[in-house]
Amino acid sequence: MDEAARQPERRGALAADVVDVAAPPSAAEERVSLASNWTLVWWRFRRHRLAMASAVVLLGLYAVVLCPDFFSTQDPEFTEARLAFIPVQRPRILEGVGWSPWVPAVVGKRNPTTLRMEWQVDPAQKVRVRLFVRGYPYRILGLFPWSLHLLGASDGSTTGRVHLLGTDRLGRDQWSRLMHGTQTSMTIGLVAVTLSVVLGVLLGGVSGYIGGLPDLVIQRLIELLQSLPTIPIWLALTAALPRDWTPIRVFFAITVILSLVGWTTLAREVRSRFLSLREEDFVLAADLAGCSRARIIVRHMVPTFLSHIIATSTLAIPAMIINETSLSFLGLGIRPPAISWGVLLQEAQNIQTLALAPWLLIPGLVVILSVLAFNLVGDGLRDAADPYSH
Amino acid sequence: MTRYALRRLVLLPVLLFVFSVAVFAIVQAPPGDFLTSYMATLASSGSSVTAEQFEALRRDYGLDQPLHVQYWKWMANVLQGNLGLSLEYQRPNTELIGERLVLTVILAVFSFAFTWLVAIPIGIYSATHQRSVVDYVITVLNYVGVATPNFMLALILMWVAYAYLGIGVTGLFSPEFVDAPWSLARVLNLLAHIWLPAVVLGVAGTARLTRVMRANLLDELNKPYVVTARAKGLTEWRLVLRYPVRLALNPLVSTIGWYLPALFSGSLIVATVMNIPNIGPLLLRALVNQDMYLAGSILLIYCFLAIIGTLISDVLLAWLDPRIRMEN
Repeated sequence: MDEAARQPERRGALAADVVDVAAPPSAAEERVSLASNWTLVWWRFRRHRLAMASAVVLLGLYAVVLCPDFFSTQDPEFTEARLAFIPVQRPRILEGVGWSPWVPAVVGKRNPTTLRMEWQVDPAQKVRVRLFVRGYPYRILGLFPWSLHLLGASDGSTTGRVHLLGTDRLGRDQWSRLMHGTQTSMTIGLVAVTLSVVLGVLLGGVSGYIGGLPDLVIQRLIELLQSLPTIPIWLALTAALPRDWTPIRVFFAITVILSLVGWTTLAREVRSRFLSLREEDFVLAADLAGCSRARIIVRHMVPTFLSHIIATSTLAIPAMIINETSLSFLGLGIRPPAISWGVLLQEAQNIQTLALAPWLLIPGLVVILSVLAFNLVGDGLRDAADPYSH
Repeated sequence: MTRYALRRLVLLPVLLFVFSVAVFAIVQAPPGDFLTSYMATLASSGSSVTAEQFEALRRDYGLDQPLHVQYWKWMANVLQGNLGLSLEYQRPNTELIGERLVLTVILAVFSFAFTWLVAIPIGIYSATHQRSVVDYVITVLNYVGVATPNFMLALILMWVAYAYLGIGVTGLFSPEFVDAPWSLARVLNLLAHIWLPAVVLGVAGTARLTRVMRANLLDELNKPYVVTARAKGLTEWRLVLRYPVRLALNPLVSTIGWYLPALFSGSLIVATVMNIPNIGPLLLRALVNQDMYLAGSILLIYCFLAIIGTLISDVLLAWLDPRIRMEN
């Protein structure tokens, strides 16, 4: 691993040896010998088909994060009790009306015994769906007013309603809420891990490079934090957040709470890297050449294990997502009216409701999908970042 | 060996002291206290309390004293095995926690047993049949197992059982045994119920452990001593079980250090979803109602369980691996 940065040179040297005894290098060999470390990592990663597919899934999810409103079909806060528990309207293409996609309409009937409104999908009635339709107004990134949406009923009338993933008990459109939940949950994972990486590299670096008393203090702190029972402590901390905080403040408080323990594993890893790198010749050479400490760390030591840190932090994101989802699900993480995957799954807490409206579990499937994608990409990156994996 | 274990034991009170201060600080942190939230409940139900009565109640509960005094009072009681009085239930905390603590430990132990009993054989099979269809299926299942949050799995199982089989799978006892005293019949009833939450709790860990076992064993299987043993004519399964498996198991023991504590605290979520009467749901309620001594006591118990889990794995590891014993 610590050889990663020097690998291109070595490969170059090897190729030169070959030139002396045999035919001149082919174009492909030339390409490999001249490629930078990052290009080599990218080439190795590209060979991982599952990891590549997962990376595409993640890109899609982050597109939603950038602008959930564009992907929504309805205002996520719009409630209409009469429209509760509308089932999933699966979009169909190439079935019937030529090329244009459609969803089956829903028909409401009042149940004569319970007097409750019950919605049924009726494939005989078709609601045409169009791409890029005008809908409720929103702001891109909170700045530019806009009203274009990816999907929508083509006539825009109320009878032609489209609920791709059905509605919940308050008649809110689940697809649109899922888009907004994706924004919150995916961002929390990313922000919490970024915070952990900064803390981990900083404290791990200090611990490993300086050693002595700071090392001792940081190591004991890590041991202390790692022996904490995480979930109960997180719950206690989130329960301690004042009820009147704005959703944004709660959001940041929760990312801080989640990364409180997350940085420790990374700090340990960085520390052990620093300990072994400190003895390397190239560090000594940089030192003798008069480089400052900061320069040695940033320019010479960190690049040798940067790819590894990226892989490790990619693998840390799914754990953050699962933790946030679990906390919110228990009612102590992100709180309504803010929307996250955990908040959406709270709707599925009641088994009787779930039997009535099984589509409320769909956000959970999205959680599984995203965690799976992160794990696969992380594994692919880890293998690609290891120069000895062939 | 004994000295090593003793040294770890000496650290235990120090750690517990640090944790108790942290725990007290956390349960103290929310604005207001139990009485203010209790008053809010009273007010919403229509009854009101005068300012004098309120002050008298505060004095009774000792909530008017400075923080460090409250902490020392609590600690002094905890050291005598008295966990204080639950403000909400008006019952001793020890009584509230007692049986629930037993159920917490039993659930974690069952989960742990399930994990090891399932993960080790599957890991061995997967490694010895590398790149077979079964190996691929196991790998896919492992990925999905790690990716599924505990509560999601519990929800899916409960929904399937309710919607398609018409049975409720929540709780740990049949109705007639819920409040019954312990007896053989009650234990059997517990065993009939506990396996499902134990499996739900253990699935993610099982998936992870299977992967570790497979990777460790694959490393060992390529070593020269395996070839030697094979050349000498040892039957394949005897060879695998006798040498590489034993070596591959060694690093797994160190996973107990984080896995047991993770099971104790992870059971909180599963217990809340599946309505299991262990200390998890009790903590959740106590936190929401600011029942601070109850919440503090339960948090302290979780800390204690976490430390014990780590201690068990340290001692096991030292017992297995002489290098660790010597180092200290």
